[in-house]
Parts: sequence; structure tokens; C-alpha cells
Amino acid sequence: MATPSLLFWRELRLSRMILRRMLQIVPLLFVISVISFALVKLSPGDPVKMFVTPNMHPEDVERIRRSLGLNLPIYEQYFRWLGQIVHGNLGYSLQNSQPVLGQILQRLPATIGLMGTALAATLIIAIPLGLVAAKYENTWIDRLLNMISYISISIPVFWFGILLIEFFSVKLNWLPSLGMQTIGENSFVDLAQHAILPVTTLTFQGCGAYYRYVRSNTLSEIRKSYVEFGHAKGLSIWKLLWSHILKNVMLPVITLLGMSLPTLISGAYITESVFSWPGLGLLSVDAIFSLDYPIIMAMTLFSGLMLILGNLFADMTYQFVDPRIRK
Amino acid sequence: MTHSKILEIEDLTVSFHTRVGDIQAVRGVDLELYKGETLAIVGESGSGKSVTAKAIMRLLSKKQSSIKQGSILFDGIDLSHASEGQMMNIRGKDIAMIFQDPMTSLNPTLTIERQIIETLRMHQKLTKHEAQKKAVELLEMVGIPQPEIRNKQYPHQFSGGMRQRVVIAIAIACNPKILIADEPTTALDVTIQAKILELLKDLQKKMDTSIIFITHDLGVVANMANRVAVMYAGKIVEIGTVDEIFYNPKHPYTWGLICSMPTLDLKDKELYTIPGSPPDLIHPPKGDAFAPRNPYALSIDTLEQPPMFRISDTHYAATWLLDPKAPKVSPPDEILRRQQIFERLEAGEVVQ
Repeated sequence: MATPSLLFWRELRLSRMILRRMLQIVPLLFVISVISFALVKLSPGDPVKMFVTPNMHPEDVERIRRSLGLNLPIYEQYFRWLGQIVHGNLGYSLQNSQPVLGQILQRLPATIGLMGTALAATLIIAIPLGLVAAKYENTWIDRLLNMISYISISIPVFWFGILLIEFFSVKLNWLPSLGMQTIGENSFVDLAQHAILPVTTLTFQGCGAYYRYVRSNTLSEIRKSYVEFGHAKGLSIWKLLWSHILKNVMLPVITLLGMSLPTLISGAYITESVFSWPGLGLLSVDAIFSLDYPIIMAMTLFSGLMLILGNLFADMTYQFVDPRIRK
Repeated sequence: MTHSKILEIEDLTVSFHTRVGDIQAVRGVDLELYKGETLAIVGESGSGKSVTAKAIMRLLSKKQSSIKQGSILFDGIDLSHASEGQMMNIRGKDIAMIFQDPMTSLNPTLTIERQIIETLRMHQKLTKHEAQKKAVELLEMVGIPQPEIRNKQYPHQFSGGMRQRVVIAIAIACNPKILIADEPTTALDVTIQAKILELLKDLQKKMDTSIIFITHDLGVVANMANRVAVMYAGKIVEIGTVDEIFYNPKHPYTWGLICSMPTLDLKDKELYTIPGSPPDLIHPPKGDAFAPRNPYALSIDTLEQPPMFRISDTHYAATWLLDPKAPKVSPPDEILRRQQIFERLEAGEVVQ
């Protein structure tokens, strides 16, 4: 009964929820930053070593250390970093002194393009297969799909990527194995050719989990009595799957989607490394290897923020999809 | 009965496949349904009453069960051998069914309107607008106030009784010739129960639908049915008009059922219960399945299944006690009391 006052309360409740969640972001990010800063600093290795050549004078090394502020106690380093952050400055990379924000923004499109395509492909493939497997429970179709899903979940992603490169790039020479485009080329076809293998890798990896989720949810929905009543109305199983079950199955999938939002932004570290995809994943991996803490910290905060926003997005979507929560 | 037969079930046998063997849930049921009547099927859990109903609708899982023999004749079609396509045309249009739990019969995430329209547009050539109008009419018909508003709502905004009304609205949407009600009031409060039963009776009068009413509640049967079939261990053990079953029962199992009905004048007396439990239907007994629980069992009961003995044109019972050679037994006092009432009924005297 959508009388104006009810609608008003509903919206007020929704906006209060969003506001509350937004306020939670600040303390959460603070905790995340303390922990990840400590972890970076505790990890073995010295970022100054990047700048050191064998015949450099120890005093010069100290000078570099001082100039980067790495001689200070950890807590002081942290507060200096925090001071920058609250002023909206993500700092400068230790490796190339470029602004961190600029580097992230420059690489963002490559990652979003890759991850977005892979996520879309995953949903398009995994959801129908999950429904079909549940419909044909315990038949050979179901068993075959289950077996593939176990492989998808358990196969190491780097190995699968290497297999694809070995087969399609090295043996057949059909597709490029590295990077996002051929130097000098700037066509969509070229980009697509470069994207096929990493997207396939990510999609194959993602499908297993979504498929199993959709299949088991469908199995529990299919046994509910509204489905039996639907049959008694004269509806076919396909019609029921499409217009009744799918929507109910999607509810838990939304949660999974919300949680995958951070990887959509932060990138697939391993896949991007295997295929040298110039995205945020590769940026992070490089930063980790050289203990480039401004980039590591920025990426951690970014992922944390996306996780919180992803969950908020999932909860809000729930409100629209599930009328029981909406009331 | 002067009415015409609308459904004729002959020797229906249904098995469920399990690891340990086939459960013979329905073992040779013969049943006729006449136009406009209400036939109640009563029996305890596992007696095969719901399975019989679902077999008519062919709603039993093909993987887990099969109709071993028999026929279900409806409108010249043997439903037991009908294709899924034929069945989809019959379900919801000619034969509709309502289930026990209204809380779960409706999809929680779709509006009531969509769930009604779906069945209308499946079976009748209606535009969306016409179907929407019809949906409002149907909700009004089953006694839902403010149907235009309620139509747009979701199941969780309805009480249990109101949901069952919606389910009934969906079931009657296409004026079915047969309505199968599988314990439609079991999950509801007693006061709501009575209202739903009134509604069903009312709709039946308006639409001249035949109803198969499945229940374990004899009180409901007395209120609703014209005829009653008593099922035990997958067989019909007694069938007759409601008066014949309630006042002149012949099968010891029916005696037990009637004696175990709680009444107000029971006071401190202990309620009668039928001793023992139903037989294992993976290995059904050779003779009468009820014999081990039957204080009146004869030795032939353990050897051979009794046939249906005719008591009147409408009344049959499967017990060897009706065989001319059987010794005369005296039924429980409650049954004797009821038989006296029956004699007065037969004689045309006004009772109570």
C-alpha cells in the first residue's frame, strides 16, 4: 500500500541506512590502513635498495632513506602518510616518483574493461548453466557440468593461463599472449584479440563458484511448493525456471556480486601478471615486489572502499528485488 | 447418482522408487467422480490419498515414481498415459489443484496479480489488460477486500487464510471441471478453516465444479462431502455416501477412524486410538493390510485380500466380515449407536 506517508518512511529508512553505512566507511578504512601499513613495514626487504648501486656510498644511501622519510619510526611514517591522505594526496610512488592517484587512474580503464567483460561473461554463462544443471539433476548433463565446475574452482589460475598461452599463442599462434595491444596498433580488433585469453581465464575461474551457487539455490527453490503449484497451474518447467525461480535464485547471487566489486576495480593480480595486462593488478604486484608502500596502501584502501560499497550496493539491490525486505 | 461421470480411475497403481525397493504407495485404486459432487478421500498419513491426487494431475516426479498400471479417464483421455504437453493443457484449466500450505504455495517475490494472470494467459486468449481485470474479479469472488489494491501486493502482505483465498482464486481462474483440494485447511486456524470451507462450497455451487477433497479430518468431511472414500495402505477400503460412512460404516478401519474422532461429550474418557502403525509398503502384506491392527481380523485376512463387498448401490467395503460365511461380529458401541441413527435416517425419521 504505497500511500505517500509509507513511501516517505520507506525512503527515509533507506537513506538512513545509506548514511549509516557511509559513516562506517571512515573508521573501517582507518583500521584497514593501520593493519596494512603495519604489514607492509613488517615485511622483509628495504625499498631503498631499489635505488642502491653496488658502489654507492653508505651516506648517500642514508640520504635517500631520509629524503623518502624512511628513517623515521613507523608510527611517525604512518601519521605522515595519513596526513597526506586526509588532504586528498595519495602520495608518490617510491619507484618512479609519479603521483599514485595518477597511476591508478591511468590503469583503471584497462582493469575495469578486463574485469567487467569477464564478470559479464561469467554471469551469462554460469547462471543459465546452473539452472539447466538443476533442472537435469543427477543426469549426465548435471554430472558433466559439476565436474567442469570442480576443475574451474580447483585449477590454479596462473596454470590455466599458462596453458592457454601455450596452446593458443605458442602452438597455434592464433592469439597474442602479452599486453593489451600491439605497439603501433590502436584498433578494437587488436584489443579484443589481446583480451580473449585473460578474459577466458578469469571467466573460467569465476564460473565455477557462480555455477555452484546458482545450481544449489535452484535445487532448493525447485523443491518449494510454489513450483509444484506452478506445475498445477499448467506452467512448464522452463517457464517456471525463467519467470519464477530465476528471480529468487538471483537474490543470493547479488551478495556474491557485491563482494566481487572490489576485484572488479583492484584487478586480478595473478591473471594480469600472467598476461602482462597493464591494469591495477599488475601495478599492485609490481608495487608489492618493490615494497612501494604508497601504491600498496592506496590499492588496499581502494579495495577496502570497494568492498564496503559493494556490500552496500548488494543490500540496496536486495531492497528492490525482494519485496519482503522492502516493506 | 444420476449425475454423469467426469473422472474414472481404474486399478491405479503407483510406486515410488527407493534404494531399498519400490514403495507401493497406491495399490489398485478404483474411483469415480461425478459432475458437481464433492468426493472426500480420507486416511492417515501415508495411506496414498495425496499420491492418488497427484497421480491424477501427473505431478509425481518421473524420476522417483511411476504409474505401474491402471487408467485415469478424463474427457476421453487416459491421463495416466497423457503426454506432458497434453497435461499442461489440462492442469490449471480442466483440473486444478490447491495445496496444504498457503504460506508456500505462492512465489514470495512476485505480485499476486502476476501469479493470477499467468494461469489466465496460459489457458485463455486474454490480453494483459483483460487478464488484469479478470484477476480483480477473481479476488473479489474469493472474498478479498479491496481487490484492486491487494492485487498489486506480495504474498507476505497477506494472512494465511487470505493467501489460501488467493490460491483458490488462481485454481478457479479458468473454471476447472475438477478441483482437487489437498488438505486445504490443515495449515489454517479453526475459525479460518470454516470460512475457507464455506468459500469452497459456495464456489462449487456457482461453478458446478466437482471437488476431490483430501483430508484426514473427518469433521471437515462431514461438512463438505457428498461421498467419502476411506483409504488405507494404498487401497480404498470403504466408499459410500457421507451418511453411509458416518452412520453405517462396515470396515473395521472406518470404525476405528470414527471412534478416534474427538467429541465434546468425551469428557474424562480416553480417546480411542487405532493400535499399531501402517504396514511397510515396500513389502505389503499378502492378505488384508489392516489385519495386524484389526481386533476383528479373521484368519482369512492374513491369507487373501478381501474384495469390495457391495452394501448398497453407493456403498462398498473391502472386509471379509461382509462375506456371507463370516461370523457375525458386534462393532464398537459408538458404531452401534450410529447404526441406530442410520436406520432411523433410512426410515425417513427426522434425527436430532
